[in-house]
Amino acid sequence: MAHLKPVPDPTPPPEGGDRPSIEQLQRDATVLRINCVRMLAVAKSGHLDSSLSSADIVAALYYRVLRHDPKNPRWPERDRFVLSKGHAAPIQYAALAEHGYFPHKDLMGLRSIGSHLQGHPDMNRTPGIEVSTGSLGQGLSMSVGICLALRLDGLADTAHTFCLMSDGDCQEGESWEGAAAAAHYEIPNITAIVDYNHLQTDGTTEEVMDTGDVRAKFEAFGWDSVEIDGHDMNQVVEALERSRTLDKPAAIVAQTKKGRGVSLMEGRFGFHGKPPTPEQADQALDELEATLAEQTSSLEAAGS
Amino acid sequence: MAPEAKTEPTATRQAYGQALVDLGEAHEEVVALDADLAVSTQSMKFGKEYPDRFFNCGAAEAGMMSMACGLAATGKVPYASTFAIFATSRAYDQVRLGIAHNELKVRIGASHGGVSLGEDGASHQMIEDIALMRAMPKMQVVVPADYNQAYRAVIESYEGNDGPMYMRFGRPNTPIVYDDIPETLGSGVDVLREGKDISIFVCGHMVWRALEAAKTLEEEDGIEAEVVNVAIIKPLAGEAVLESLAKTGLAVTAEEHRVVGGLADAVREVAAEQHPVPVFAVGMGDEFGVSGTAEACMEHFGLTASGIIDRAREALVNKPIVSHPPIKRAGW
Repeated sequence: MAHLKPVPDPTPPPEGGDRPSIEQLQRDATVLRINCVRMLAVAKSGHLDSSLSSADIVAALYYRVLRHDPKNPRWPERDRFVLSKGHAAPIQYAALAEHGYFPHKDLMGLRSIGSHLQGHPDMNRTPGIEVSTGSLGQGLSMSVGICLALRLDGLADTAHTFCLMSDGDCQEGESWEGAAAAAHYEIPNITAIVDYNHLQTDGTTEEVMDTGDVRAKFEAFGWDSVEIDGHDMNQVVEALERSRTLDKPAAIVAQTKKGRGVSLMEGRFGFHGKPPTPEQADQALDELEATLAEQTSSLEAAGS
Repeated sequence: MAPEAKTEPTATRQAYGQALVDLGEAHEEVVALDADLAVSTQSMKFGKEYPDRFFNCGAAEAGMMSMACGLAATGKVPYASTFAIFATSRAYDQVRLGIAHNELKVRIGASHGGVSLGEDGASHQMIEDIALMRAMPKMQVVVPADYNQAYRAVIESYEGNDGPMYMRFGRPNTPIVYDDIPETLGSGVDVLREGKDISIFVCGHMVWRALEAAKTLEEEDGIEAEVVNVAIIKPLAGEAVLESLAKTGLAVTAEEHRVVGGLADAVREVAAEQHPVPVFAVGMGDEFGVSGTAEACMEHFGLTASGIIDRAREALVNKPIVSHPPIKRAGW
């Protein structure tokens, strides 16, 4: 591949030395999923299935790919993460809490009066949020603006911007304004990840408004564009790390399943924006905790 | 560099372009964006001087506003310009969430406000932008009266507070009201002519017309009209408005805008709460603009000195005989 840059080391380095392995990241994703179910069960409001489909991508970013410093959320050289699909806020909040951006107990205040954890990300309330989102379609253009500023500051080679989008984002016209601008301004430090879970509020994307071949669309806009299995941690990590070595905007269309990891909602229509009932939450947590126990013991076995 | 005041009729958008260049020279973090109207809005002047800091977004106003959000969130001070119609109605959602909700220091340079945009007609004539931006939480709204005040408004927009700001400029050459570039906009409520019989609160392209109207009212009716230029419509310096209302006990407002939601309602809010006196409005009714030359459009909708005079005479006939003292509100 021409125009490849070396993958920079995460700075500051993750505590404990080495980067987490694929197996560790898989376990981390389960931890994030468990946090999401607990948050939503308490809040009785929010988008659980949309958060679960992003869990593997968000885990790969926060635990391995992103150069960030929880002790200094405004570190100028940090990578930026923009959650264009702002309704998946719980998964980002879980990752931020797990990294110590704010106390873990804050998660249980999600969506309630007095909590800094708003229904959708708010940059002025929650540490670690770069820009407020929640109205689909805006995140990619915001990310382009961030990259233009980073270029003026001479940080285009260091600081990368990762924008996580949904299939709903791809239905918004503004996303394609952002896609055009990134190509036009030859932005090398932007990666758009589409969490393509094929389900939206009113039905499947194919029924509601078919977004079609999103990978080809980004390619037609002049982006490097690949399609992966968004739940295969090897593919997720490889695609993310490769994307930051390119000299042009990079799109990763991640085929995912809404509600991934919780069998009662995985890939099933009807859960968008609906919190789990107490029974559903119990069932989901039983399942995820079993997965976690399995992942923990195989990690321990490998480590011994 | 000493700014050069204009004496001949000049468009306020010219002041935007010139001030932007001067800000660009003084402050490295100033960047400008436009949506394929940079020649019209005058931001192209900045683009020519500072090409690295100028981003033409093409005909994509929504994307432009979100890009401005990203730039501001990363330490720049973006000036985003396009026609008022696209800056507000097309990109309202992006301005609202990305800029206003985040309380980011983004300055929206909205050119070609009102019907004096002329020939392009209703599709391009923005007559409810002040209402939209005034209703938007955190957004400041500035409508300068002439080139000289507009220049100061843009310079001060950089020095001013960190929240978002909407600035409205116009297309046609407009008579000069301020002899020099004012040192400041101050409270944004400026008494240009003192009077005791009626207050005329006015903004933008209507200011010079109000001064003409006041002159005629004096000559033909023996009426002393007070002309008050309200350049900062939000946050409104209510105390200054109240002071004039208390003095005259009667008001007319005049704006190149719908009579709902804009300057008229801003003044009426003060009057209704603290000094209930009649406030008559000159502006656009429940109607859209039409094509014509700038001046023909203004005349068509009664946005003229004679339009103000007619309304002032109507108000004077209805002036209450008894005047109550104003209610002072805590917090001012």
